[in-house]
Amino acid sequence: MTGRVITITSGKGGVGKTTATANISAALAAMGHKVVCMDADIGLRNLDVVLGLENRIVYDLVDVVEGRCKVRQAMIRDKRLEELYLIPAAQTRDKNAVAPKDMVRICDELRQDFDYIVIDSPAGIERGFKNAIAPADEVVIITNPEVSAVRDADRIIGLVEAEQKGPAKLVVNRINTDMVERGDMLAVADVLELLAVELVGIVPDDTAVLVSTNKGAPIALEPKSKTGQAFRDIARRLTGEEVPFSASNGNNGFLGRISKLMKSKEGRNA
Amino acid sequence: MSEVEAIQIDIKGIREGLLVSLPQGEWPALEQALLDELARRGDFLKGAKLIINAAEHELNVATMSRLRDRVTDSGLLLWGVLSSSAQTERSAQLMGLATRIHDGARPPDTEPVEEYEPAAPQDLGPDAGIMVRRTLRSGASLHAPGHITIIGDVNPGAEVVAGGNVVVWGRLRGLVHAGAGGNEDAFVCAMDLSPTQLRIAGHIAIPPAERGQVSPEIARVQDGQVIAENWTLG
Ligand SMILES: Nc1ncnc2c1ncn2[C@@H]1O[C@H](COP(=O)(O)OP(=O)(O)O)[C@@H](O)[C@H]1O
Ligand SMILES: [Mg+2]
Repeated sequence: MTGRVITITSGKGGVGKTTATANISAALAAMGHKVVCMDADIGLRNLDVVLGLENRIVYDLVDVVEGRCKVRQAMIRDKRLEELYLIPAAQTRDKNAVAPKDMVRICDELRQDFDYIVIDSPAGIERGFKNAIAPADEVVIITNPEVSAVRDADRIIGLVEAEQKGPAKLVVNRINTDMVERGDMLAVADVLELLAVELVGIVPDDTAVLVSTNKGAPIALEPKSKTGQAFRDIARRLTGEEVPFSASNGNNGFLGRISKLMKSKEGRNA
Repeated sequence: MSEVEAIQIDIKGIREGLLVSLPQGEWPALEQALLDELARRGDFLKGAKLIINAAEHELNVATMSRLRDRVTDSGLLLWGVLSSSAQTERSAQLMGLATRIHDGARPPDTEPVEEYEPAAPQDLGPDAGIMVRRTLRSGASLHAPGHITIIGDVNPGAEVVAGGNVVVWGRLRGLVHAGAGGNEDAFVCAMDLSPTQLRIAGHIAIPPAERGQVSPEIARVQDGQVIAENWTLG
């Protein structure tokens, strides 16, 4: 088995990387794939909290890197999904404890046993970002429909290209549903026009995300949630499935514009 | 790894164009390594003026003219050859290539002499600068002594600084500075000219935030003011 490494990153903090990592991982596992997600945000770990696994941590990523335990021992199995595991970040240690080559080595080991390795990265473009990118087969950029987040996403896309890990894929998180209903979704179209990368998801801004985070239960596992559906769609697109955007959103005018934009982008790239 | 791949070709931008320094080694292999390197970087260098520092390599006119043809075939212009070998220098002069450049990159063991301007007419291409075929994203910064042509967009947060003109075959939304050395005749053209800030020589302009119809425009200095007008192509 040769698993794919998917790195979730953004540049700007607080745009939803950890939320996306947890939900995409859960959705992939719920589809029947073997998944391990890894928290590369050394010193600021929270993927374990979002997945509700904090109290089960014994070893962490730095313990693996420094040889105190085997990769297997640092993996925590999810409460709900048989095939979902987490490798937590160290809470306290210096973030230079992990180097890009450590990440490559650990991921190469994990690839043999898993279909997907999903890495959550820290904010910024420093060492933690380099660590998260180093083993990636695919990079997913999370952004919000907001100027500064898009500017950072653009920069990160450039860095990902420079590291020969491109072209990155894009998720626009926290789309305001009222705006969608008004057909006033210029934001996503503008984001796409500027960033010119493949869109793999649009996630609504939804207070239920906060509630599920507090419960430690990913919203992607709630069958009736539209936001959950948005994350499930992202997971399916990442496995190579063609999922129309209308599956998760109902507004024709807006979606018509998005799909037209995507078509013309494809045309341009071809 | 083959011998050719092991040859390190150093390329850097200088005022006159791109300065290529060749290491020690046998000539045909070096020439091949150089062309491979140009091919590898291909798109980024197209249109650039090349100055080759041949150090003590002895090149006759036939060899140099073959080199010039191959460089031309790669889409670049061989503009000068620097060398400490009298023969190589003479070959270059016979072919109308520059053998001296402005900055300190003169080859060792040569006396500084007066600037030598190429004798042959410049039939090998336009007054070259560099051409970049990609989008410059936020954080990217491109500086060049001559003209800069970009086939792609310049996104907000990216900057382009040229001693000469800047031409963008795409959307220009970052910071642009043409005539950065003080050339007031420099201009900036773009298919969509909406920079965050535009500078020509010492003049600074901040374009209006909202613009109507997008059409190709050229910005230049007229009567001490930066003006933008329709850019009529061809
Ligand atoms: N789609 C969303 N709707 C509402 N809140 C969200 C959404 N995505 C993320 N959030 C909230 O935003 C905050 C930051 O998210 P997080 O995933 O921790 O970002 P990051 O890892 O990029 O720093 C959290 O409080 C999270 O619950
Ligand atoms: Mg996070």
